[in-house]
Amino acid sequence: MATQDPSVTVHVRYVTPAISVIDIEGEVTAFAETVLTNAYTAASTNSTKTIILNFAGLEYMNSSGIGLLVTLLIRMNRHKQRLFAFGLTDHYKHIFELTRLNEAIFIYDTEAEAVAAAQGA
Amino acid sequence: MDNSAQPESEAPQVSDTPRVQPRDAAYWAQRGTDLHVSAAPANAINLNVDGRRVVSPLQGFGKMWQKTYRIRLEGATVTPAEVIQTWKTNFPSFWPKGNHFYGPITGIAPGEVALLNLTTGGMPLSTGVLVLYADDESFTLMTPQGHMFAGWITFSSFMEGNCPIAQAQVLMRANDPIYEMGLTFGGHKQEDKFWRHTLHSVAAHFGADGPVTLQRVCVDRRRQWSNARNIWHNAAVRTALNTPSRWFRRGGTSAASTN
Repeated sequence: MATQDPSVTVHVRYVTPAISVIDIEGEVTAFAETVLTNAYTAASTNSTKTIILNFAGLEYMNSSGIGLLVTLLIRMNRHKQRLFAFGLTDHYKHIFELTRLNEAIFIYDTEAEAVAAAQGA
Repeated sequence: MDNSAQPESEAPQVSDTPRVQPRDAAYWAQRGTDLHVSAAPANAINLNVDGRRVVSPLQGFGKMWQKTYRIRLEGATVTPAEVIQTWKTNFPSFWPKGNHFYGPITGIAPGEVALLNLTTGGMPLSTGVLVLYADDESFTLMTPQGHMFAGWITFSSFMEGNCPIAQAQVLMRANDPIYEMGLTFGGHKQEDKFWRHTLHSVAAHFGADGPVTLQRVCVDRRRQWSNARNIWHNAAVRTALNTPSRWFRRGGTSAASTN
């Protein structure tokens, strides 16, 4: 499934019944809220245990975008799902550390590593 | 928008092209999570900031709230960038009396740390904030351990039709059980009053006035009892405990200077 607004495009893939990947391309700001929410709804099936965000195509993120990730994480925790991420550049890894999101979102370098971790957990 | 929902399993192609620095790089604080106050004014209480770590809503204790305060700058002919530039420059003067924001001389810029001397429930409270993010149309302040809440406040401006809007959005949890109790029994109202006053002041600066709207969303109703020990850093308690010794020190200094 693909959804987009002028500044962000998301693409949902179902890797296994328990693991979904959301590819994010473009800008994660307050304007991405509807797109991200729809993507989460699509990615989250009855059997989904882990959702992996692919940030390899991330071009821009502001503090409102970080806030969106926090609220997404809370929603996933409510459904007993885990949030993983990969494809972050050093810059965005720093932002995750600064905002301490890295303490709640599992971060991996590659999709293979994230999927392996999700399957092993 | 393509809403065709069909399962797909192929991964997108990954480019080998080296990445350039993202456009937002200059807007984010380039530092660690520990705060340090470089210089404090002589009249400021400098407590509960040096060495403290910033805390996101995930590290807090109480229910998670997102509160959005908004005012229309009806009739003002300013751009969002002008609103934010003015807000950054005059930030302390827009606050209610009795509350002090000691920002850096360089102004509100990413990575800077400001001291806050507040009055809550008649008691002094010394804490601080980190300028987490700042661009032309918004800036975000993040709180440290011991602050009333764990999280951040984003101040922004944007156009709604032809009308500029000024907005403050808080994403927060009370940092510990004492603060959670305080917020539940009057603290939220006090905070609402604080930011309503601030937005009215911003609007008045541009010759505008009108109602401040508030949208309050409880993002997470659960309390994080594993973070109850945050109480150790409680800035209100620590400021109160420090008050007698600070009073005596000031008295000593004053006496010495008169001799």
